Amino acid sequence: MTSSSQPQSQASSKSNTGNGHFQSHYIPNTPDEQNKVLSALGLSSIDELFLDIPDSFRNPSLNLPGPLSELEIQQELGALASRNRPLAAGPSFLGAGSYHHFIPAIVKALVTRGEFLTAYTPYQAEASQGTLQVIFEFQTLVCNLFGMEVANAGMYDNATALAEGALMACRVTKRSKVALSSSLSPTFQQVIRTYCQAQAIETTTVPTENPGIDGDTACLIVQYPNYFGYIEDLAKQSDAAHVEGALIVVSTDTTALGMFNPPGELGADIVTAEGQPLGIPASFGGPYVGLFATKEEYIRQMPSRLSGRTVDTHGKTGYVLTLQTREQHIRRERATSNICTNEALYALAATVYLAAMGKQGMRQVAELCYHKAHYAAAAIAALPGFDLPIDGPFFQEFVVKCPESPTEINRRLLERNILGGLDVTNTIPDGMLLCVTEMNSRQDIDALVSALAEVA
Amino acid sequence: MASFPTRETTRLLMDRSVPGRVGAILPDCDVPFQKLPDQSLLRAELDLPEVSEPEVVNYFTCLSQLNFSIDTNFYPLGSCTMKYNPKINDEVAFMPGFAGIHPLQPAEQSQGALELLHRLQGFLGEITGLHAVSLATLAGAHGEFAGMLMIRAYHQARGDTARRKVAIPDSAHGTNPASAAMAGFDVVELASDKNGNVDLEALHEVAGPDLAGVMITLPSTLGLFDTNIVEVCKVVHEAGGLVYGDGANMNALLGRVKLGELGFDVAHLNLHKTFSTPHGGGGPGAGPVCVGETLAPFLPAPVVIHQGDSNGAAYNLAEPEHTIGKMSGFHGNFGVLVRAYTYIRTLGADGMKEISGNAVLNANYVMQALKDTYYLPYDRTCMHEAVFSADWQKSRGVSGLEIAKRLLDYGFHSPTLYFPMIVHEALMIEPTESETLETLDSFIQAMRDIDREISENPDFVRQSPHTTPVSRLDEAQAARRPDLRWKREKPFL
Amino acid sequence: MNPNDRKYSKEHEWIKLDDAASGRATVGITDFAQDQLGDIVFVELPKLGANVTLMGKMGEIESVKSVSDLFSPVNGEVVEINEALLDHPEIANKDPFGEGWLIKVTVSDASEIDALMTSEEYESFTSGQS
Repeated sequence: MTSSSQPQSQASSKSNTGNGHFQSHYIPNTPDEQNKVLSALGLSSIDELFLDIPDSFRNPSLNLPGPLSELEIQQELGALASRNRPLAAGPSFLGAGSYHHFIPAIVKALVTRGEFLTAYTPYQAEASQGTLQVIFEFQTLVCNLFGMEVANAGMYDNATALAEGALMACRVTKRSKVALSSSLSPTFQQVIRTYCQAQAIETTTVPTENPGIDGDTACLIVQYPNYFGYIEDLAKQSDAAHVEGALIVVSTDTTALGMFNPPGELGADIVTAEGQPLGIPASFGGPYVGLFATKEEYIRQMPSRLSGRTVDTHGKTGYVLTLQTREQHIRRERATSNICTNEALYALAATVYLAAMGKQGMRQVAELCYHKAHYAAAAIAALPGFDLPIDGPFFQEFVVKCPESPTEINRRLLERNILGGLDVTNTIPDGMLLCVTEMNSRQDIDALVSALAEVA
Repeated sequence: MASFPTRETTRLLMDRSVPGRVGAILPDCDVPFQKLPDQSLLRAELDLPEVSEPEVVNYFTCLSQLNFSIDTNFYPLGSCTMKYNPKINDEVAFMPGFAGIHPLQPAEQSQGALELLHRLQGFLGEITGLHAVSLATLAGAHGEFAGMLMIRAYHQARGDTARRKVAIPDSAHGTNPASAAMAGFDVVELASDKNGNVDLEALHEVAGPDLAGVMITLPSTLGLFDTNIVEVCKVVHEAGGLVYGDGANMNALLGRVKLGELGFDVAHLNLHKTFSTPHGGGGPGAGPVCVGETLAPFLPAPVVIHQGDSNGAAYNLAEPEHTIGKMSGFHGNFGVLVRAYTYIRTLGADGMKEISGNAVLNANYVMQALKDTYYLPYDRTCMHEAVFSADWQKSRGVSGLEIAKRLLDYGFHSPTLYFPMIVHEALMIEPTESETLETLDSFIQAMRDIDREISENPDFVRQSPHTTPVSRLDEAQAARRPDLRWKREKPFL
Repeated sequence: MNPNDRKYSKEHEWIKLDDAASGRATVGITDFAQDQLGDIVFVELPKLGANVTLMGKMGEIESVKSVSDLFSPVNGEVVEINEALLDHPEIANKDPFGEGWLIKVTVSDASEIDALMTSEEYESFTSGQS
């Protein structure tokens, strides 16, 4: 038996060290330490701790690859990562729910601090004032951005936040019909349907002009700007809902709110948004964070966590999770939602982003996106075979009708290292949903326009 | 937290705001200005802070120092598996080829990502013995909701609409009944027997034609392996129901048993527990669902498949044949999935058993050391966690909550409290495999010291914590008069 | 401990007949209930004019860490609700048998009140509970 002071041959420090033991660098207990504990427990092997597992099922074969050193991990994962085209690799014009925006360096620096990254959910408030105060700031800034009275600590993403908004509207109004505007993202509509399918809630897609709300409708769900990037008359939509006693649930865009009227001033009852544009990378679709806000009168029907300001025994200001009786750990099957773990780290990222960008920065980003998108739209519309099928004000996204299949055009664009927009042919024949943000330089845009002129 | 004073954190961002300060500089607009929309569409006010970059960094850095975290403190939180979060996992997740890719870009442009996900599906399937996997669910509760919807869809597809009930043990985590209710089921509570196992008699009573399924946590929330589990699965199957496994406690079972072989039909895993992805103060997590053949067609969309397409892309996203639908905006919490993949590649097959072996060893070590000081309602070999009761201390005037608060003064986060609900004054302790025996010994000593303090100075313990940034907070006021955001009319004094 | 001038339900509510002629009665929660609940933070009461049913859910009472249903001990119509309690739910902790009353009802059948427990019966009922 080799003594612990003689190192094993480095080449064989991984699985099968000769005495059948793998010493992981994440697990401190050495065989000696394990044996000490086993003796104290009156056992001779770790296997004896698992005797409650019936014999025939215990110790199954596990067909997984062997362990890797960190060096090998870097190589393997680096190789996998290199087979993906990042947005920054070339001009990229894809949006549709995930947006390429500038992320200040301080976001990552703060979000990766171990005290934030490896902290637990703030149930023990005295040990979690950092997290709780951040959430309070997040709630504040979301309310201010949206023009709403109360916001929660965040949800998984916008699609699920919107689905929970639909369920909440049904609880508040005690009605069971949900009207989905036809200009709402098809993905959002799918997710809302998934959430409503088991609760005897009828979901119907309705035309934007004539949503057909009646006394059985719990809510009308709209998107502002809509899925195609265009601004609809939200005040009019709110009225159409309210006149029938229904709520209006609005999915909005955080970057657009640097410029456009906030939904809270246009009658919204529940507002959601994707938090990803606020300092969170695209990351192949997740993790993101869903923003959710509503009116104070509906607060007890709102899902997810809330951080509330209070005082301690010495009168010092502190923060604590509050109104927990809405949640699953207390109300169980009668909870407003089953949500437990949400996206706290990304609520932090969004808060840092909003703090850094601030009043000026948010306006500037919005204006940059607006001007660049409109510049691009005009240039593309001037190309033979392309036009803009939708009228009306838009923000950073718009639809062009292409002379042929957008998927085919995109393939040719990629040969020139340009990532085109989303093919939305299933709603607008030969339609491409393009997104232009502050990350697209004039050169990027001009390159796109020339490329389109060539390939189509 | 720092033991010397640092910059103040009491003022909020809006309190610090000074008109004209900027925290970021953006490039000038390099395209000609376009015609703006009608003024009536544009917002007049934007109430966001105006602070400089150093202020943002200082403020948030100092806020972080008000937190406990795994990196700074030991968290013996039962059922949370607060193990070390490897830094290489974060580094990999930040690689531009992972962090910088758009979910909707063509599959040919994301083959590395899709292959990683496909391999991860395989790993999780192998670990659970339930080989059809969807990585689309974003947290444990999300996975539970999907599992419940799948069971519902399965029965409906068979034309069996009478199955309205799901039976859940009284010891279950709150998300279980909440998820079942969201899926339209009526929840029936299942009693535990005196050994902490599912009471088979109670199970037989509910196992009828109206039972859609049961939700079982294994090991249970008492930290015990239900020796009747095979029988439980059999009884449910014979009644025509399905068995859902809450995989939150998987850290005890890695490489020791496969849920699929025991008879489970579907299970979720918590990657932010068993698979080391960081808790982040409350997320992100990931809760993939693993199913057997019966439920495979119903998995949430999307799953990753390996077959060529016309563009030469070997890996693609696909929708299972009778999918319950899309559960979220995109494909799952990819950044979390990458970390879990990296972790499994680091530990490998050998590592899986080292994790469960040491997690269970450490829990039994703590259990034996404390059972003379704290009441142990189930005095048998535990799995990765041990459940104590603070009854002996309560009878001397100090509750489990107050013990937990006093532990903070010793630099330890509390165990899980008052859960499971079937144990009075429950204290659930889960050390995990990534802690040293020295740390466990300090924790054991602290628990003993607190017990002695309860005899010598109970008031002092009751008024804990004493050394944290704030003392006990008035939660009643926070609930009665909710103060949930900064308001201009209430400036900080 | 529990006043003799009223009757008690198994759901830890009391009901006191104020006026036999009109059938007007006051309903509240007991001291045992408020002690079990801890700091009460919110009370949801039925609306004025609503009908309450015997053993039917008529509202909810929340503390920081729990929520409990309120069940009506009788059939009747709600004629008054304790508005002060909605703004200051802590009154139900401080004075559950007095200022902390929940609702006033007119009972259709006063014998329903007779069927409930006396203060002695309620005393033994609660001494069997933790």
